[in-house]
Amino acid sequence: MANKVYDLLILGAGPAGITASVYAVRKKIDFLVITRDIGGQTTWSGDIENYTGYQFITGPQLTRKFQDHMDSYGITVKMPQAVTAIGYNDAMFTVTTDEAEYLSRTLIIATGKQPRRLGVPGEEEFRNRGVTYCATCDGPVFKDKPVAIIGGGNSALDAALQMMKISPQVYLINNTATLHGDAVMIEKVENAKNIEIRNNTRIKNIQGEKFVKKIVIGQESRETSLDVEGVFIEIGLTPNSGFTDIVRKNEHGEIIVDCHNQTNIQGLFAAGDVTNVPEKQIIIAAGEGAKAALSAFRHLNLNTFEYL
Amino acid sequence: MDIKIFSTPTCPYCHQAKEYLSGKGVPYTDIDVSSDDAARKEMVEVSGQMGVPVLVIDTQVVVGFDKNRIDSLLETSHGK
Repeated sequence: MANKVYDLLILGAGPAGITASVYAVRKKIDFLVITRDIGGQTTWSGDIENYTGYQFITGPQLTRKFQDHMDSYGITVKMPQAVTAIGYNDAMFTVTTDEAEYLSRTLIIATGKQPRRLGVPGEEEFRNRGVTYCATCDGPVFKDKPVAIIGGGNSALDAALQMMKISPQVYLINNTATLHGDAVMIEKVENAKNIEIRNNTRIKNIQGEKFVKKIVIGQESRETSLDVEGVFIEIGLTPNSGFTDIVRKNEHGEIIVDCHNQTNIQGLFAAGDVTNVPEKQIIIAAGEGAKAALSAFRHLNLNTFEYL
Repeated sequence: MDIKIFSTPTCPYCHQAKEYLSGKGVPYTDIDVSSDDAARKEMVEVSGQMGVPVLVIDTQVVVGFDKNRIDSLLETSHGK
């Protein structure tokens, strides 16, 4: 297969990937953006009040602005495509997705993070049939139904506070000794009449027929079940870096980059939440994307590619 | 062609799906399942699942903002 060789492929289109694409297009680099969606986690953000230039903007609105910016340059976006593998040979990268294969001289991985899975029986089977990873989106569908929220941090607390308004019974299943979010939110959850907190408790499995009917939980050596129709999994995020083993990662699975967004492989850069950059913020991801694009540009200019 | 979108006000993919259709100039009926109990039941019944958005394009059900599937259904429907 005689594939075209691009100068750059940008994987992902959250704030990092989109900003990288804007910088790349202005340097007249020959590139593509390959992504599952536009906006990434920004799309899921509620109110944003710390993105310079906007005193207040919602996640979906900011995503729209990002997309408009890309569209104004006519940037080519291959979507929806999920990257399944990356190959590297003789200064040439091969990116395989669920639809196609692409070749390039440089790469920017900006694939962000996604909700962490529990890894218990029933989780996959009942996904969208009671199991959800987005309380903000699907919460209202569970009105008048008993639900369990799995997790003990801010996103779990947020989901509990949202669901207590519309659900008769909310269980908060937390696997540590105490809840660990903002004190103000913990206090609200503790004072809510229809939220039952189960600390030191693990979920064992999710059961049902067509839809979820109950969960089995374990507390110390005791196992019991709770009748719920919704299971909201809010146990944090995990980097989308599982499609490659050729880059060095830290113990969290984050791709290790230096201050120029360079990974351990020359010509392979990474930016945003998928990396070990300190602080996961929209504005930081955007800045990292800009740096990665400039680093890729510099790399392209400094290197001659013999197979040309 | 008849298009219904079952959505919640807080779901970003619902907004994206609606914006996508509006951008193409395709009319649709938006049904907010957070405030309409009967519609919520209808959505679960027709789609066999509980996630939003759900699009019903004529008789075809699309779960999530599946752009490719929406495009192909719009095309088929248009050709009729």
